[in-house]
Amino acid sequence: MLRKLFAATAFAGVVAVLGAQPALASSSQAPLKEDVHWSFESPLGMYDQAQLQRGYKVYKEVCSACHSMNLVAFRNLGDPGGPFWNPKYPNPNDNPVVKTIAKDYQVNDIDPDSGDPIKRPATSADYFVAPFPNVPAARAANGGALPPDMSLLAAAREGGPRYIYSLVTGDGTDPPPGLTIPDGKYYDPWMSGDVSSYYKGDPHKIPVGGFIAMPPPLIDDRVTFDDGTKATLKQEATDVAAFLAWASDPKMEERKSLGVSVLIFLVIFSGLLYASYRQIWRNVGH
Amino acid sequence: MSEHPSTYNPGSAFERWLDTRLPIVRFGADLMTFPTPRNLIYWYTFGGILAFCLAVQIVTGIVLAMHYDASGTGAFISVQRGIMRDVNYGWLIRGLHANGASMFFIAVYLHILRGLYYGSYKAPREVLWLLGCVIYVLMMATAFMGYVLPWGQMSFWGAKVITSLLGAFPVIGKPLTTLLWGGFAVDDPTLNRFFSLHYLLPFVIAAVVALHVWALHVPGNNNPTGVNVKSNSDTLPFHPFYTVKDLFAISVFMILFAVFVFYLPDAMGKVDNNIAADPLKTPAHIVPEWYLLPFYAILRAVPDKLTGVLALAGALAVLFVLPWLDTSKVRSMRYRPTARIYFFIWVFFSLVLGWCGSQEPDGQIVSGFAGPVFIDYDINSVTWLSRISALYYFAYFLVILPILGMTETTLPVPDSLYTPVLSHPAGLPVGAAAAPETKG
Repeated sequence: MLRKLFAATAFAGVVAVLGAQPALASSSQAPLKEDVHWSFESPLGMYDQAQLQRGYKVYKEVCSACHSMNLVAFRNLGDPGGPFWNPKYPNPNDNPVVKTIAKDYQVNDIDPDSGDPIKRPATSADYFVAPFPNVPAARAANGGALPPDMSLLAAAREGGPRYIYSLVTGDGTDPPPGLTIPDGKYYDPWMSGDVSSYYKGDPHKIPVGGFIAMPPPLIDDRVTFDDGTKATLKQEATDVAAFLAWASDPKMEERKSLGVSVLIFLVIFSGLLYASYRQIWRNVGH
Repeated sequence: MSEHPSTYNPGSAFERWLDTRLPIVRFGADLMTFPTPRNLIYWYTFGGILAFCLAVQIVTGIVLAMHYDASGTGAFISVQRGIMRDVNYGWLIRGLHANGASMFFIAVYLHILRGLYYGSYKAPREVLWLLGCVIYVLMMATAFMGYVLPWGQMSFWGAKVITSLLGAFPVIGKPLTTLLWGGFAVDDPTLNRFFSLHYLLPFVIAAVVALHVWALHVPGNNNPTGVNVKSNSDTLPFHPFYTVKDLFAISVFMILFAVFVFYLPDAMGKVDNNIAADPLKTPAHIVPEWYLLPFYAILRAVPDKLTGVLALAGALAVLFVLPWLDTSKVRSMRYRPTARIYFFIWVFFSLVLGWCGSQEPDGQIVSGFAGPVFIDYDINSVTWLSRISALYYFAYFLVILPILGMTETTLPVPDSLYTPVLSHPAGLPVGAAAAPETKG
C-alpha cells in the first residue's frame, strides 16, 4: 500500500511541478480566444495545406511589410508539410511555385567579376528577404518599436497560434474608459504588459493587456485568397496564425508521423521484454 | 571488483592468453554473474534507466556539437535554423537531448527518493551514496550550462542570474564572477567556456558513474527490506534476472520519453527561449528549468543574498552528510512507520518548494487575502510558503532523522531478505515473527 502511495506521490509531484509552470506567463493578459480550431492542434493532426497557402499570402501581403522571417528559406515553402509541398518535386529547390516566389525578390550579392555589391533575383535556396536592412532601420521606420522576427513567433509566445489569432483580431471594442493611450500605440488586451500607469479609472479594475505599436493589421478583404475562400478578418487571422505555426515548427508532420511508428515499436518491444521477464522469473520466488 | 568467486572460464586459447594479461572479459562476466538480492522491485531499475539516459545525452550531444556554433551571433541561428530545420533529423536529435535532460532528472529524482526511503545511504554504502551526490551536483552544473547554449532569452538571463549568485560572496565574489564570465558581462566568452565545460562534464559524470558502480559492487545492492544478504539463496545472478527486468523498465521509460519528444517537445521548455538572447531586454519572469526549482525557491526564501546562496548550497550539502545524520540502524522505512510519515512530508514539502520556485515571490497563496508583512513579505505569499517548506526540508535531515533514530519504535525486521513464499502468510511482512526492535 505504502509503496503505491510512494509511487503515486512521486508521480503526482512530477506532474505538479511540470504543470505548474505555464501558470506564470498569463499574468496580465486576456484569456485567449477559443473560437477557432486548427487541424494541427490534436496530437496527430497535420497542417492544412490550403490554409498554409492562404496564410502565406496574408504574411506576404501584410505582415512581411514590417516583419522579417530570417530563419525560413524559400525552399522551405516546398518542403514536405510546407505550404507548396508537391510530391512531384522531392527537391523543393525545383518546385516551380517556390522558384516563382523567390525570383520576385532581390537579394544582395557580390559580382564575381568586379567584386562590386550587386542585387540579383533570389533563388529557392535563399532565405526570406527582410523588409529592413538592420534593426535600427526597422526601429526607425516603426516609431522606435521593433517588429519581431516571425520565424519562431508562434513558438515564442504562450498559446502560439491562438495568441497570434487573439492579438490580431483584437476585441473589436474601444479601449476601456480611463485609459490614456500613448502616441503611436494601440491598446490590445492580449499584448503582455502593464498599463496601470496610464490608467485613471477604478484601481480594482486595471485593464489587462498592454500597448502595441502595431495598428490592427487585418480587416475584411485585406487580401484576396486564390482558392476563393472569403477573406474575412477571422479567416485571414486563422490562416496567418496557421502559417506562422508552420514556420515555427516546420518538421511537425515528420515528427508526429515518426512518433506513431516509434511508439508502436516501443509498446511491442516492451510487451516482448515483459514476456521475457515473466518467462525468466517464472520459477523464481522473489 | 567483487568478492563473489569468478565463474568465468576462458573458452579459447586467445581468451586464456588475454585473461592473464588483461582480464577484461572476466571483469564483464563477473559483473553479469554478480549476486543480486532477489527481492529488488521496480524502484531498483532507475540505475539502469539512468545509465541509458547518460548514454543518450552523450551520443545526441556529440552529434549536436557537430552542428553547433558557440558564438553570440551564431548560436541561436545554428540551433534554430541549422539543427531544427536544415540538419537531417536535427529536430529529433535536439528533441532527444533537450527532453532527455528532463527525463534524466525525473529518473535521478526517483532514484534518490528510492535511496532515501530504503536507507541505501547507510553503512556500508556511504561512499556509494556520496558518489551519487557528486553525480547529481555534476548533472545540475552540466544541465545548467547546456541550457545556456541555445542562446535564447531564458538561456542568457538564466546564465546571468545564476552566475551573479557568486557575486554575493565577499571579496572573492566579484573576481570569481568575472572569471566565470570571461569578462564583465555574460557574453561570447561565457558562452564558449560553458560550451567547453558542457562537453567535458558528461565524461566526468561517466567516470564518477564507473566509481559509483564499483562502490555498488563492493557491499552489493541494498534491497527493499534493508536486510543484508546472508546466503546464496537470497540472491540471483544479475544476468539474466535483472538485465531483463532493467531492460523492460528502460523500454517503458522510453515510451514516456518518446511521448515527450514526438508529441510534447516544448512542454518542459520556456517559450521565451525561442527568442534570441537580447542583453538589453530582461524577460518578465526569469525561471530556471523545473529540476532546479526547489533550490531556486530556497535561494529566494532567504532575505539576504549571501545567506540565500549558502542555504542553496546547504540544501545539497546536507545530502552529503546524510549517512551520518540518520542514526537509525534499521535501513528500510518499511519497518520505520514513524520515519516514513516524516519522509512523505519531506517529499511533499520538496514538491511545494518546486512549485514555489516557479511562482512570483510575492504571489498570493490564498488569493485576495492580504496578511501582515513579516520579514519583507506578506505572510500569505509564495516566499513565506517557501520559507516554511525550506525549514522542514532542513529540519528533516538535521533534526528529525538524528532524533528519530534514537527514539522511534520500529516494526520487526525480517531475519532474511527472502524467505520462501510459502512460509509467510498474506498480510504480514516477511519474517514477522522476529522480536520487535524498540531502539533503532
